[in-house]
Amino acid sequence: MERYYQPEIECASREQIREWQSERLVKQVQNVWDNVPYYRKRMEEMGVEPGDIKSVDDLHKLPFITKDDLREAYPYGLLARPLSDCVRIQSTSGTTGRRVVAFYTQHDLDLWEECCARAIVAAGGTKDDVCHVCYGYGLFTGGPGLNGGSHKVGCLTLPMSSGNTERQIQFMTDLGSTILCCTPSYAAYLAESIIERGVRDQIKLKAGIFGAEAWTEEMRRDIEEKLGIKAYDIYGLTEISGPGVSFECSAQTGMHVNEDHFIAEVINPVTGEVLPDGEKGELVFTSITKEAFPLLRYRTRDICILSREKCSCGRTHVKMTKPLGRSDDMLIVKGVNVFPSQIETVLMNKGYPANYQIIVDRVNNSDTIEVQVEMTPEMFSDSLSEVSAREKELVDALKAMLGIYAKVKLVNPKTITRSEGKAVRVIDKRNLYQQ
Amino acid sequence: MTVKQISVFLENKPGRLAEFTDVLSKNNIDMRALSLAEAEDFGIVRIIVDDVYNASTVLKDAGYVFSITKVLAVAIPDEPGGLSKVIRVLGDSSVNVEYMYAFITRKKGLAYMIFRVADNKRAIEVLQENGIRPVCQDELSDL
Repeated sequence: MERYYQPEIECASREQIREWQSERLVKQVQNVWDNVPYYRKRMEEMGVEPGDIKSVDDLHKLPFITKDDLREAYPYGLLARPLSDCVRIQSTSGTTGRRVVAFYTQHDLDLWEECCARAIVAAGGTKDDVCHVCYGYGLFTGGPGLNGGSHKVGCLTLPMSSGNTERQIQFMTDLGSTILCCTPSYAAYLAESIIERGVRDQIKLKAGIFGAEAWTEEMRRDIEEKLGIKAYDIYGLTEISGPGVSFECSAQTGMHVNEDHFIAEVINPVTGEVLPDGEKGELVFTSITKEAFPLLRYRTRDICILSREKCSCGRTHVKMTKPLGRSDDMLIVKGVNVFPSQIETVLMNKGYPANYQIIVDRVNNSDTIEVQVEMTPEMFSDSLSEVSAREKELVDALKAMLGIYAKVKLVNPKTITRSEGKAVRVIDKRNLYQQ
Repeated sequence: MTVKQISVFLENKPGRLAEFTDVLSKNNIDMRALSLAEAEDFGIVRIIVDDVYNASTVLKDAGYVFSITKVLAVAIPDEPGGLSKVIRVLGDSSVNVEYMYAFITRKKGLAYMIFRVADNKRAIEVLQENGIRPVCQDELSDL
């Protein structure tokens, strides 16, 4: 039996959603025109005025906002409310060297936490659950978002934050955590640690809400099997609010975008043209209800596909696939586009652990790509030729997937750095020469 | 009539072998024999130890990937032609040797060979038919 946090919103008719979106978009455009000089200037450059935006159909007339705009306007340039109305700041990790600072009024925090509450209820959460949050707390939105959502649902909330695996497992067994919120790579690591310590039968987890980094269906199955849970995906970005911009339901076939707050579009990343549902392109969000830090047509750099097909869970909001790639993550090796997720898929299919590292280098003016994989007892044999044959099989499978030769290096177990936050999957040594 | 060999995966990286032998020495594991086979990027260290159970516990705790394989150990006279007799017996009976390595002990006049063959049972039969006696685990531990 599917449960909803706000059924009247989550299962509203498409017409109703459209109506909300149009009404809120018109207001938001007027709001940024009046209060954010940066937006007014961008709109004027495009020759657009608030009067031109009458409904959600006019969205495409608005200019895009990119991460570069956020950097240029840092820190207050896109603020639509006086600082005295703001109660919170969150920030991105700045892994791409471009830190983004987002501001929230109390209203903004409430809507963000509501979105997270919807995700928790969709994963089966009720006030009887013990919600174990080991996303990082602090500037990172992961911890605070799910923490707030968990409060709203009425779960007993464990604000564990990231790291200290020993303590995580102890709290999990002692206090009977039922819902786990963390990054998928940390979930995989936790699962491994729980099995290693032989306490698998002492944990009561039933569901996990995993996001903030790319993961594959194979990784989902692996985590679900090891922990005996259902693993749900959650998506979000600090620029738009944080986790909970979209979340997975029982169907586990994509994430429902909270369309009463965020309008999703998919565009051709080169031309900017809006693409129809079902086509792959760059995801763009417009936050229509946020007060302090509203973004119009923000380009996420995430590549995905939207679908408005009827979902078995009863929710009516548009579904997005998990990001199929990220222009930031995409590696160009020997002129070929390579996504780490493709390599992960091959490894999981061949029975290797999800822990791997990709090392890209340039030797004699030619790109090289090496995939380091940890040896497992299952893959090992005392016969050199058998191990070599398996290694070659992996090389062939990678070549079939990527279209280029990738060297495979089998390494000792537990030698690839385990992350307690975002996994470092790619080391691109070529960058060293560019700086 | 077989002995247990421990085969350990080692990535080919400076210091990995030293780490491995350190683990053995710190845990007082005495090796009877050792052989190293290497591919381009990794190697397999094969060892015969006095206490297989203890060694495998130690290696597991240290996080190594390894397997235990039953191999044949044969005592041969430490003199020219000693080895070729054994190999001829195996070859004549079509017992395929995947790999082998030798070691000597304090016992005078004898050398030992470890054979990894596809079919242990058959190999033992043909060796015994020809008066060659494979050594068992206990005997090896006492050397």
